Amino acid sequence: METTELKSAFQVDERGYYGTFGGAFIPEMLYPNVEELRRNYLDIIADPAFQREFRDLLTDYVGRPTPLFHARRLSDTYQTTIYLKREDLCHTGAHKVNNTIGQILVAKRLGKQRIVAETGAGQHGVATATVCALMGLECIVYMGKIDMERQKPNVDRMHMLGAKVVPATSGSQTLKDATNEAMRHWINNPVDTHYIIGSVVGPHPYPDMVARFQSVISEEVKKQLLEKTGRSTPDYIIACVGGGSNAAGAFYHYLDEPTVRLVAAEAAGQGLTSGHSAATTALGKPGILHGSRTILMQTEDGQVVEPYSISAGLDYPGIGPLHAHLYSSGRGRFFSITDQEAVEAAFELSRLEGIIPALESSHALACLPKLKAASDEVIVICLSGRGDKDLAAYTAYLDK
Amino acid sequence: MNRIVELFRNKSEQILNIYFTAGFPTLENTVPVLEALSEAGVDLIEIGMPYSDPVADGETIQQSNQKALENGISIKRLFEQLSGIREKVKVPILLMGYLNPVVQFGVEDFCRRCAEVGIDGLILPDLPVDVYKEEYKGIFDRYGILNIFLITPQTIESRIRKIDEVSDGFIYMVSSASTTGSQKGITDEMKAYFSRIKEMNLRNPRLIGFGIKDYETFHTACAYANGAIVGSAFVRLLEQNQENQRAAILNYVSSLRHSHQVEKIFSNLSA
Ligand SMILES: Cc1ncc(COP(=O)(O)O)c(C=O)c1O
Repeated sequence: METTELKSAFQVDERGYYGTFGGAFIPEMLYPNVEELRRNYLDIIADPAFQREFRDLLTDYVGRPTPLFHARRLSDTYQTTIYLKREDLCHTGAHKVNNTIGQILVAKRLGKQRIVAETGAGQHGVATATVCALMGLECIVYMGKIDMERQKPNVDRMHMLGAKVVPATSGSQTLKDATNEAMRHWINNPVDTHYIIGSVVGPHPYPDMVARFQSVISEEVKKQLLEKTGRSTPDYIIACVGGGSNAAGAFYHYLDEPTVRLVAAEAAGQGLTSGHSAATTALGKPGILHGSRTILMQTEDGQVVEPYSISAGLDYPGIGPLHAHLYSSGRGRFFSITDQEAVEAAFELSRLEGIIPALESSHALACLPKLKAASDEVIVICLSGRGDKDLAAYTAYLDK
Repeated sequence: MNRIVELFRNKSEQILNIYFTAGFPTLENTVPVLEALSEAGVDLIEIGMPYSDPVADGETIQQSNQKALENGISIKRLFEQLSGIREKVKVPILLMGYLNPVVQFGVEDFCRRCAEVGIDGLILPDLPVDVYKEEYKGIFDRYGILNIFLITPQTIESRIRKIDEVSDGFIYMVSSASTTGSQKGITDEMKAYFSRIKEMNLRNPRLIGFGIKDYETFHTACAYANGAIVGSAFVRLLEQNQENQRAAILNYVSSLRHSHQVEKIFSNLSA
């Protein structure tokens, strides 16, 4: 992760905004915690001792750098050149651990004893439980009751790692509600607890802090692509967006390279007009969600809409403020991918390359037929996670 | 003059502010509750505008929000319910809610409607002080709407001073690090915090809320501030007394103010 300050229209400004999005719209009960983090995070991250510890853990514990794999059979199918950034090979099975390693080191330097987190697919919950075990900190994970059922393997993993998993039973009982509960937990335990948010969402400085920790993805892609192709910039970089952390990490070092087209895949669920969707930019409007001014799915009356996606990690009614800014400014291009398209893409990758992707990452893969890239163009897809946790969903789809 | 300002000009202790959720337990219950609270002689009323994701609220108020939304409440509907209320209810009224629905309604339109129906102030816990000052204060002032800010035991002195500076009306002291509906009671630690704030001699009067539910907690809070706010306990009362709501409200408010009422309730219970 480069800590040099990029002065860019796509980096957070001093006040915590990306254009008009971002900020810290939080109740006073959360202000001291968030302010403590805001005042300290840049200094902590810039500290060489922190960098050393963070880098060492990414190398020896997470297994970085993750490979950049030239997917030849997939490339042939789409008549172009496709590289997969193998975040699925990270320890715990997804990119989420890049962020939890960074945040647990921050939490330790802030003297926190307990960690609370929310999780959707359970990947962030597992990644948090993992680093808590590693550092010997207490871990409480809120997870929507519905997500606990559909991502059971991850619930079992969290238990095995010694975390307490608390079902969120309000609202749609998915990621949004787990986030509400984690925030409430933090309100009730303000002094000794750090909240490890799992994506580039929430009040400033979370979106920026998480993006910095995930930026290792594009830092590596730049080097690896140069080695493999002689150029460090692809024509397209594609990532799925739940809250947007793997996308933020994959885009980070390309934000100011206008020749690199940034492509985001959001979950259309059963279809944009079906009433069962999580396609935030297609269906949402600017507003405030989880402490941030961003784009969210909401009713006329400003009530947050309960989203739907087959993929628990994308089943969220908002996106991080960076992505709201990329969308509004036209810097990023957003595709809505249905459940069906995602599952088909997952089978395609499995059969063509021998890699079973997470349902979330399958949404990024499903952009390929829509992209119509030229044969001499280079596409990098962020394969954010592996599909072990989703086998039940995939086989259920096969049986249909 | 703004009714909240007028209230604090005429009264500086034992101020009782009651919160309830609009459209709960039934859609058209907003006005009957307002009328009963007015009849019961409360000093201030806070109407909760239901929201799908009330992060600062505990279970009781969350569930009342959910139910009210299922009943069909919206901000538009709430303003319709409140039109004409000032012919019957003179008590100052605040609207409490989250920022997103207000933003979607349009801040200017929202304030205009507030002024039209006779709302005196707003509590929007997720509206940051700086955003208020830069983007909202001008609009609020134009319509004579006060904005009430919260402080907590963790709010540091310099920030309390800053909040005191931008506040008009009163400061809402959250009693402990908690969402609404805390069952902690009033501990010595809280009393130390109440004393610390009292000794700061703030410009604005202070009301203590979160965890205030009966004669004892109300009067303990009143010993350290100008008054106190009851929320979750009152919402529970509404839920449990749908048949004889008016009598239950009169009785409860009286029991908060007068200890003999508590004795009477207890003797009734044991009889
Ligand atoms: C494998 C995987 N990819 C993507 C996501 C979506 O999160 P984000 O948009 O923050 O990358 C998740 C979330 O759980 C995930 O598990």
